[in-house]
Amino acid sequence: MTVIQRPKARPADAIKDASMAKQKAMMAAHYDRLAAVPETGEKVAATFVPGNLNELIMCFDLVNNLPEVNAIQNGLRRQSGAYVMEAEKQGHSEDVCTYVKSDIGMMAKGNIGPNGKRLPNPDVLLLSYTGCFTFMKWFELLRREYGCETIMFQTPYMADGKITPDMITYMVKQLKQDVIPKLEKVSGVRFDIDRLREYLRKSAKAEDDLVKTLQYAKTKPSPIDAYFGGIYYIGPIFGAFRGTDDAIDYYRFLREEVEQRIKEGKGPVTPDGDMGKERYRLVVEGPPNYTNFRQFWKMFYDEGAVVVASSYTKVGGTYDFGFRHNPDKPLESLAEYCLNVYTNRNLPMRVDMLTNYVEEYEADGLLINSIKSCNSFSAGQLLIMREVEKRTGKPAAFIETDLVDPRYFSAANVKNRLESYFQMIEQKRGGLRGAA
Amino acid sequence: MRTFIGIDLGSTTTKAVLLDENQDVIGRGITNSRSNYGTAARVASEEARIDGRFTLFRRALHASDPGREQAQEFLAALERNFRLVQFLEQLDDLEETCNGQLKSERFAGVAGAMREAITEVFKRLRREAPELYAPGAKRKSDFFRDIAGSRFHVHAEAVARDAGVSHDILLNAYDKSIIEVENRPPGGDLSEKFRRAVARVLETDPHIVDGQTDNAGVIDKTLEIELEETYLVGTGYGRVTLPFSKEHIRSEILCHGLGAHMMYPKTRTVLDIGGQDTKGIQIDERGIVENFQMNDRCAAGCGRYLGYIADEMNMGLHELGPLAMQSNRPARINSTCTVFAGAELRDRLSLGEKREDILAGLHRAIILRAISIISRSGGVTNEFTFTGGVAKNEAAVRELRKLLKENYGDVTININPDSIYTGALGASEFARRAVMA
Repeated sequence: MTVIQRPKARPADAIKDASMAKQKAMMAAHYDRLAAVPETGEKVAATFVPGNLNELIMCFDLVNNLPEVNAIQNGLRRQSGAYVMEAEKQGHSEDVCTYVKSDIGMMAKGNIGPNGKRLPNPDVLLLSYTGCFTFMKWFELLRREYGCETIMFQTPYMADGKITPDMITYMVKQLKQDVIPKLEKVSGVRFDIDRLREYLRKSAKAEDDLVKTLQYAKTKPSPIDAYFGGIYYIGPIFGAFRGTDDAIDYYRFLREEVEQRIKEGKGPVTPDGDMGKERYRLVVEGPPNYTNFRQFWKMFYDEGAVVVASSYTKVGGTYDFGFRHNPDKPLESLAEYCLNVYTNRNLPMRVDMLTNYVEEYEADGLLINSIKSCNSFSAGQLLIMREVEKRTGKPAAFIETDLVDPRYFSAANVKNRLESYFQMIEQKRGGLRGAA
Repeated sequence: MRTFIGIDLGSTTTKAVLLDENQDVIGRGITNSRSNYGTAARVASEEARIDGRFTLFRRALHASDPGREQAQEFLAALERNFRLVQFLEQLDDLEETCNGQLKSERFAGVAGAMREAITEVFKRLRREAPELYAPGAKRKSDFFRDIAGSRFHVHAEAVARDAGVSHDILLNAYDKSIIEVENRPPGGDLSEKFRRAVARVLETDPHIVDGQTDNAGVIDKTLEIELEETYLVGTGYGRVTLPFSKEHIRSEILCHGLGAHMMYPKTRTVLDIGGQDTKGIQIDERGIVENFQMNDRCAAGCGRYLGYIADEMNMGLHELGPLAMQSNRPARINSTCTVFAGAELRDRLSLGEKREDILAGLHRAIILRAISIISRSGGVTNEFTFTGGVAKNEAAVRELRKLLKENYGDVTININPDSIYTGALGASEFARRAVMA
């Protein structure tokens, strides 16, 4: 027998690489901009991450405020638990999406943002992705609270696994007849399609670098973690920065940083520094848990597990298959972007995508983190798991946590399953020989 | 000889299996997990070593051969006496610890009377001890805590009355001491205890000894074989707090899969219902885990739930199954929430439902939940092996058979009498492979 291993006294400050620090500064600057709205007089559009129309929003000089990102920030800062309970006090059931409850609770407690300053009231609610029905209900609640203009841009579900010309026509028509006129009215700014084209050109540039960065995970060892690290990477593109020079700078910086890591043969940077030897390469399906983010991540990197591809980094929109925002077809490409949101893809498309990831990124298998309160992700996940397992012949596993409700993160349970999974992979690799 | 130990630290009990180089189980040990996994691991492995000694004795005396009834009888007597020696030793420790308590301020003023009372209680406990280990004697539990505790309570009441000390304060001294005693790692030389037990057998049961075999001599010689602890693997919920390093730890899911495979090589689906989790595991023809599902944060419907129900009904855990078996009309129960178990039960009793019907309904509800976990792990593929403490419960098994038949048709269902050791068995094989493979 060997010595008892005790947990370290107090976790040290998380180690971040330069791109992470840069991303953090960008996010902070955005929150400061939101907090300064009472002074600057800027108008605010509240909108969601999946399929957000940041370029269009910018055409009307609106600042975007993303309620899910606020919920995530509150989860990371351990504020969400109290907010969720506050919302439950108001009558929201235990099963309601915890992003919603965190947001409602935050509003009830003074709408103080992650920087400690009050978040502004929205002037318009822009719902641009309707695949998640909770989003609609969420905005109904916000509309009741703020009584502001609400725009619903309906995105058809890709039930047949493809985008048809009718879908695009239908969406472009909505943009022209409903979304743009309403945004003009709220903002008092006239729509200029050339301005939109310029933003889209910038978006595509940043998108190229993001895709390259994520695909560098095909390298062995992978220089990035495409799930935990990936969350940093998607912040600007899925948030308020797509279409800006800041985003172009950030993604170029990120790509170069990752290229440097490859040159040095380094694995991903973790909160505890460079990851040790890469032992397992995983594809992860589903959002992460934010209340115990670091503890959750540690369960992976302590075992040498790196996530080489994840579906969550496609939650705002999917670029893998060649889609880029296109200045030559501005409204059409906005429509296509919304249609390409990961959870707007039907189950066979999701299975194809994950199977492709396991193969292309030479992963050891698929891990599903099933979120208790997210129906759009969780429905069908067991079926997805079976199917990917069958097609790839690689072992899959299933863990359960929640987005921002700390009550639904059971560390011992998650760790137990993860360790079992890693050992399962090990066993499978070696057959009987490696079974020890 | 080289031995390989697998330890399964469950939330309720800790199990150990001792394997030899040929993959044969030579010993099994079990103890209550208490709140001290370190001690529990040591006690369980010591128990496995004791059991292993008996296996070696049996081999040396050819006790399993036909016509060797005398040797069997001798070994049975040896085991009873060994347990008695062990029990008496622990009683000594408990008495000393109880007396040690008297120095504390709580007992100021009554220390003298307490000491007398304690001496008297232990005198009575020692006097009746041989009866507890007499041939054919039935014990509700083999754990020292359970036996000593229940008997202490009985005697303390009478003694306290006579000695003029409060019953509560006497129990208080016991409660504090038992924790201390239980958390003390096992001490003393095992071989020495065996020799003392042999001496007791010769003294108390001389008729067992025939003139032909020198049983005592054989035992003595067998004790010279060293049981080398070559490698150890730990698993189970307590594994992270175990005093083992990482390479000595395996996931209980893998251990259960492998253990079930060793018991029944044709197993493809394993259900394990333990104290705080329920696992559905799919394994391949080599015992390698293909997929698994387990309950998430909520432990509704696990073994611990039955424990609460037993407490609530003032029954022993092992009495639940037999009572439920008497039911012909199981109650319909949907919730297996451990927290609400008491309320649910009282509610139904107050509605006039029969105890056996409620219990039968509870067992069905547990199994329904397990079936859901199994189906999420990939369904049932022949053969099916049921493991964990709940597999010992006949009412749970009856419901499982029914539901498997309804959902999956005819499936071979394996339940090993030693199923509680499945995880430890898998762990011991991992230990063996770590060295031999």
